[in-house]
Amino acid sequence: MTGAPKREDYDVVVIGAGPAGLAAAATSAEAGLTTLLLDENIGPGGQVFRAIASTPVTERSQLGADYWVGADLVQSLRASSAEVIHRATVWSLDRNLDIAVSIGGASAFVKAKRVILATGALERPFPIPGWTLPGVMTAGAAQTMLKSSALVPDGRTVIAGQGPLLWLLAAQILRLGGRIDRILDTTERSNYFAALPHAFAFLTSPYFTKGLSMMREVKAKVQVVSGVTELSAADDGQLTSVSYVAGGKREIIPADLLLLHQGVVPNVNLAMSADVEHRWDDLQLCWSPVLDASGNSSVAGIAIAGDGAGIGGANAAVVRGRIAARSAVEALAPAAAAKLAPMATLRTDLAKAERGRVFLDTLFRPSPHFRIPAGDTIVCRCEEVTAKDVLDSVAIGATGPNQLKAYRRTGMGPCQGRLCGLTVTELMAQARAKTPQEIGYYRLRAPVKPITLAELAAVPKSEADVKAVVRG
Amino acid sequence: MTRNVDAIVVGGGIHGCSTALHLCLAGLKPVLIEKDYAGRHASGVNAGGVRQLARHIPEIPLSIRSMGIWEKIKGLLDDDCSFESYGQVLVAENEEELAVCRARVAELNALGFTHEELIDATELRRLVPAVAETCPGGVVSRRDGAANPAQTTTAFRRKAEQLGATVREGVAASNIRYSDGLWHVDVGTETFAAPVLVNAAGAWAGKIAAALGEPVPVETVAPMLMITSRVPHFIDPVVILRGRKLSFKQFKNGTVLIGGGHLATPYQDRNETVLDWRSLATSARTVFELFPVMRSATIVRAWAGIEAKMKDDIPVFGPSSRHKGLYHQFGFSLHGFQLGPGAGAVMAELIVNGGTQTRVSELGIDRFHPSTL
Repeated sequence: MTGAPKREDYDVVVIGAGPAGLAAAATSAEAGLTTLLLDENIGPGGQVFRAIASTPVTERSQLGADYWVGADLVQSLRASSAEVIHRATVWSLDRNLDIAVSIGGASAFVKAKRVILATGALERPFPIPGWTLPGVMTAGAAQTMLKSSALVPDGRTVIAGQGPLLWLLAAQILRLGGRIDRILDTTERSNYFAALPHAFAFLTSPYFTKGLSMMREVKAKVQVVSGVTELSAADDGQLTSVSYVAGGKREIIPADLLLLHQGVVPNVNLAMSADVEHRWDDLQLCWSPVLDASGNSSVAGIAIAGDGAGIGGANAAVVRGRIAARSAVEALAPAAAAKLAPMATLRTDLAKAERGRVFLDTLFRPSPHFRIPAGDTIVCRCEEVTAKDVLDSVAIGATGPNQLKAYRRTGMGPCQGRLCGLTVTELMAQARAKTPQEIGYYRLRAPVKPITLAELAAVPKSEADVKAVVRG
Repeated sequence: MTRNVDAIVVGGGIHGCSTALHLCLAGLKPVLIEKDYAGRHASGVNAGGVRQLARHIPEIPLSIRSMGIWEKIKGLLDDDCSFESYGQVLVAENEEELAVCRARVAELNALGFTHEELIDATELRRLVPAVAETCPGGVVSRRDGAANPAQTTTAFRRKAEQLGATVREGVAASNIRYSDGLWHVDVGTETFAAPVLVNAAGAWAGKIAAALGEPVPVETVAPMLMITSRVPHFIDPVVILRGRKLSFKQFKNGTVLIGGGHLATPYQDRNETVLDWRSLATSARTVFELFPVMRSATIVRAWAGIEAKMKDDIPVFGPSSRHKGLYHQFGFSLHGFQLGPGAGAVMAELIVNGGTQTRVSELGIDRFHPSTL
């Protein structure tokens, strides 16, 4: 399942082999469309089903039943005729549906009639004082190590933040015998009241009982401090302690590892670099692509499924993947669509999978002081730009993230804004008394992941060059 | 309601911003109208080359005038624009190319221009130690250099506003008309009126000129650039090639900018471009061959800025040949950034004094007779 793509043209190219991508590729191939699934990881699963085909964790209860759903998806995909390439990094996509992909150090170009982006989510930046120190990492990074290598923390460990993934990770660490000294819950108390009107829908969602029992399981074993309103990390070259304020009281606890997490946001880099229109989502506090009911974006032929279309969780991602693929089938091979689940059924499935989402989004809405830092707190890690630097630039005329590049180079480092973009937008919006939508986001550029000059130099010559040589 | 100002400048690129600033310095109160924001297109995203080297002869006087301003840019703008002057070097890759260089320098000398200097292999190696050993020499323009284009254009805009220019960004100039001895331009719900209108609208300027009865042979292009991750310092001057499309510049922070004029496809109405990676690969191959030190560097970003290119590659600069009070300043054809400061100064002289000491007569719009279009 490695090596260059077998063809230059495909009916459908799916990018990302998480829940949405696995479902989309299987659906599209099942309907007889030539389908290519490109995925960056070494095996299928994306983040939520990471290492589903290779994890050393064999005791199923340790990772939870939801995780193993991924195995069925992988099985359907493998039973289909879809061509699957892992360790394949798509570094460019444009509105002509030309795709550049790096596989094993060599780049290839493929063209699609339809592209389904299933690039999933990223963890929201958590810019507190000290978030860049050695010994501070994201919960997602910790979960990656846990799933792929069964590695769990054994030093003094503090988990801080909020959101479903935080509790899931805590439960998984504990089940695998890892150590957690304290959980610092940053959920704002007012969120509980705000979320209340949406609670009924959540009570009927599949996440409810699972979520509740997971929180109970964790709370039975770890001290959980709720209502944390301030958070910072201190070091002597390596993390030494975590300082926090809860209920107006400050406490400092020694720590070797601090895991931060305050939810996930759509990974928009590839879609934005293809000029797909995005809007600021005021509930989820992030950029989401503008999509129709079948996941089709503002760029003809590009659809987006899964969390990249707006955070909806793994169950919704699977259905969104099927809907996007079905829509592609309807367009390219209408007769074959009859083989697939009817759109109406899929939409009912989606509504069910999305039930309770508003409750979660409202309850776990990160508080402004953990999203919008002040003073010397680093905003842009690549260029070491602080919140104060950003505000100083606003004061002398920087009006948005793209203008800010001219002053501070924010977003111009290798991360292409993944770690600072949302913070910069919200910080500038606050400083200029504008909405994030008015402030906008970085214009993102290919390559969305760096490639070496040598690799680019080795790609096949353009037709013009070939002609020039022929003419001598 | 109509607001009267001294001049209306359409276009917030480096040219429009520089002209607005120089009009302010001359005591006028202009309005600067930019449909996006200052430096959104080519002026903010070009290679930043501050280059007198290898210019078309008709624009050399303007380039030399501009160089004098670049060298005092901090005094003018209260911003150093990250301008640095390590020279620009044109590399000849073989004896035939070197012969062309020799002839070019001789031609310039005969015209009285001395900024270009022929160099041999030894001097080339001293200036650009990393260049391939096979290159026999080239041309250097020692006062040349580079600046940060977005920073520079922004600084011009900011200074112009500080000195009294009215700036309108985010709304396009529309309904441009001449009545009762004044130019009128709508900007959203506002209307500005002035005896002077400067068309500095870059890729959008050709349409404005055509609508005012002065069509010119211009096309919209989008030259591509790419930048690498940081690599150890190995080169000071900007390097361009004689025979192949390549320009090359390492910044203080170690990143290397690779350009040279390969074109993306512009979608002007959407402010978008689609890159041509196969052409960028050609640039990558050239760098790979000439600078072995770059082979393991990574490309972190590529982009293209939308701008106007004239059929004869020379800008349209100076008064209209049809209308009183109308001035054109566009079509800089992939090499307008360095000219910006000087062109603004000269344009202000043309507007305020009716003439200038800097020779720009060959750049006028009257060179395009309708029969030549």
